Amino acid sequence: MATNRMFRTCPSTGLVFHQPAERLMMANAVAAAVFLLFGGILAIMVVLTRWPAVHLLAADRFYQVLTGHGINMLIFWVIFFEIAVLYFCSSTLLKSRLATPGLAWAAFWLMVIGALINNYAVFWRDDSSVMMTSYAPMGAHWSFYLGLILFAVGALVACFVFFGTLVVAKSERTYVGSVPLVTFGAITAAIIAVFTIASGAIILIPTFLWSLGLISHIDPLMYHTIWWAFGHSSQQINVAAHIAVWYAIAAIVFGAKPLSERVSRSAFLLYILFLQLASAHHLLVDPGLSETWKIFNTSYAMYLAVLASMVHGLTVPGAIEAAQREKGYTHGLFEWLRKAPWGNPVFSGMFISLVGFGFLGGISGVMMGTLQLNTLIHNTLYVPGHFHATVVIGTSLAFMALTYFLIPTLFRREVMFPTIAKWQPYVFGLGMTGVALFLMAAGTLGVPRRDWDITGAGNAFPYSFPGSAFLMLGLAAISGLIAITGGAMYLLNTVGSVFFGKRIQTPDFQHVRAAEGVAPSPKPVAAAIGSYHPGGGGALVAPGTFILALVFLVSFVLYYFINWKYLATVWPMR
Amino acid sequence: MSAIEPPVQRVWWKQPLDRAELLWIILALAWCLIMFFMMPYWHLYGKQDLGSEAYRMSPDDYAKLTEAMVTKYKVREEGGDQKVPVVHPPAGSDVYLIARLWSWYPILELESGKTYRLHLESMDYLHGFSLQPENINIEVVPGYDRVLTITPEHPGTYGLVCNEYCGIGHSTMTSRLYVVK
Ligand code: HEM
Ligand SMILES: [Cu+2]
Ligand SMILES: [Cu+2]
Repeated sequence: MATNRMFRTCPSTGLVFHQPAERLMMANAVAAAVFLLFGGILAIMVVLTRWPAVHLLAADRFYQVLTGHGINMLIFWVIFFEIAVLYFCSSTLLKSRLATPGLAWAAFWLMVIGALINNYAVFWRDDSSVMMTSYAPMGAHWSFYLGLILFAVGALVACFVFFGTLVVAKSERTYVGSVPLVTFGAITAAIIAVFTIASGAIILIPTFLWSLGLISHIDPLMYHTIWWAFGHSSQQINVAAHIAVWYAIAAIVFGAKPLSERVSRSAFLLYILFLQLASAHHLLVDPGLSETWKIFNTSYAMYLAVLASMVHGLTVPGAIEAAQREKGYTHGLFEWLRKAPWGNPVFSGMFISLVGFGFLGGISGVMMGTLQLNTLIHNTLYVPGHFHATVVIGTSLAFMALTYFLIPTLFRREVMFPTIAKWQPYVFGLGMTGVALFLMAAGTLGVPRRDWDITGAGNAFPYSFPGSAFLMLGLAAISGLIAITGGAMYLLNTVGSVFFGKRIQTPDFQHVRAAEGVAPSPKPVAAAIGSYHPGGGGALVAPGTFILALVFLVSFVLYYFINWKYLATVWPMR
Repeated sequence: MSAIEPPVQRVWWKQPLDRAELLWIILALAWCLIMFFMMPYWHLYGKQDLGSEAYRMSPDDYAKLTEAMVTKYKVREEGGDQKVPVVHPPAGSDVYLIARLWSWYPILELESGKTYRLHLESMDYLHGFSLQPENINIEVVPGYDRVLTITPEHPGTYGLVCNEYCGIGHSTMTSRLYVVK
């Protein structure tokens, strides 16, 4: 078989890059950054309109811009980056050639074209301000759905390139034994992605045909249910992907090894087992579904997926702690954390992502997903507050942190503004924490999401929200501007470094083309070093992390029951 | 070996757990189960639970039922140019509320401490029933008549806000609900 094997070994990390894979990773990461830029510009307009004191845009523009913000951020930025992560976790980590780079390019272009068509519908045609959820019977132009479908097909093809690469690596024996944990996490994400895209096809294709007039009716409840089988499962992809990135960064920065492979891998497996139940927590206040169904599904069969996240929340910092202690930071409970490289954005970004995801996103998410408690916050700003903690602090910041590692290794450029890079995770993380908290606070006060104006000016029967709600919106907007500054710092640095940064030369790098004969596969590395502990017994390997985990659990329990207490004061209903 | 390299033990699923991990898994699992059982518990013994009573009903039929209620129990009209009837149905009766682009119809006047069967249905898109400042938020779907047995408390004027995005007039879709002694 005449395959094109062109490999490069990164001199500083020892990672092995297959050149076609490398190009694809770069293309996908750059596309991701472009959509982040676009979504970020839209974010400025969103926050400035929701700040009652500024109220920037007219109603129609606001809904258009919000539709675009949601889609370009949550779908295009995140998924393009995830595809790059998938290629990295398969080709690079397994030291394998990428299966079918041609197909991977086709996937890339399909995604680009899909994203452009969708934005054309929203911004150029200006007749598709239906939000990313596009709940039928509210309809968009057919090109809106077509764009999303093409994008999804592209992403699906990319997933299959990923699976193909796993097969190639296995059959060409580029590694010994099982795949690394990070790759395992990526496999989880890709499996979930296939399920997700299938649900997306089931709902978007009929809706597309409906928008063309070929189907006469779409049941709104059916749409709501299946759309969220797609919409929420895709968040499960994000979680699996960014947790894989956490593990990767812990390994890269600290050389951390998992406390136990069994626990971490089983936790990933739980995600796969229960992901298809996820749609339910969006339907808790919908009619027509039984309570038993809602309870079982919203809890992912007794919260086993939550359990999985709680496990990762312990094992990722736990692995870091164990590695740090091995290096001699053994003083007290937290020396390992105090002496961590807080000036390295790869680490600080990852750690803020972990803490923000757990404390803000995780706790609020479980609260909202509780059958009866959902009534308190459904469709209020609490919901965007929650998911800016999960998908922005969690997923996006983890990806940003990884980028600082990829600039020198993948793009072979020096980071152009190291000082900006050093502060960026803090600015972005702090701003986003404010956005998440203040949006949640406004939501608790009843302020609706996706609402152009809460003053009710001009309405026959206006409702005046309390002054505190206006205050929260103002604070959310100011935090939003800080976060946007953090986003701009990231983009400035990545674009600057990738296109104009100082090149890092790799010694001995030469292209080997198929025509000149096939280069040998890189040699498999022999496994060495055992795990931290020969097996149970003795003191805990990560006592500090364990204390932090207990703090988390206590906050979780308190917050959870405070909400029940609040619910108990609401009008009785059955 | 670190997490980006293959595990040392091929058979990773037989690797022993760390004690901290085991302890944490037990704690977390216990907490997950508590959270899980809170829902059926509250469903059985709590006072606030939406229940799942709902029927398929065409918007036209639903509008007829609403109109019948309005003619029977209308007490006055409110609002400037567009008059909206205020209805005061008897305790225990079926009370209908319509959500449509971009208004609520009619305005309900309910008695504090009395129980009503409140029906909700949309005539067109999805809408969101959001009662403020009580903060009760319910999805309103076309074609589904959802019934809620509700006991208003604390007399006063409540705001009714649509919180499911329903197009350009979304934020004008506000109304009120009276609770009287
Ligand atoms: C950079 C700073 C950002 C700011 C200041 C910001 C701000 C906001 C605000 C205030 C809303 C709620 C508007 C409303 O419901 O009325 C919103 C919605 C949203 N944001 Fe962001 N955001 C930012 C970044 C992101 C990122 C990075 C993502 C995804 C990865 C994201 C995903 C979303 C989504 C999915 C929505 C919901 C749109 C909808 O309701 O359909 N945002 N954003
Ligand atoms: Cu969800
Ligand atoms: Cu509405």
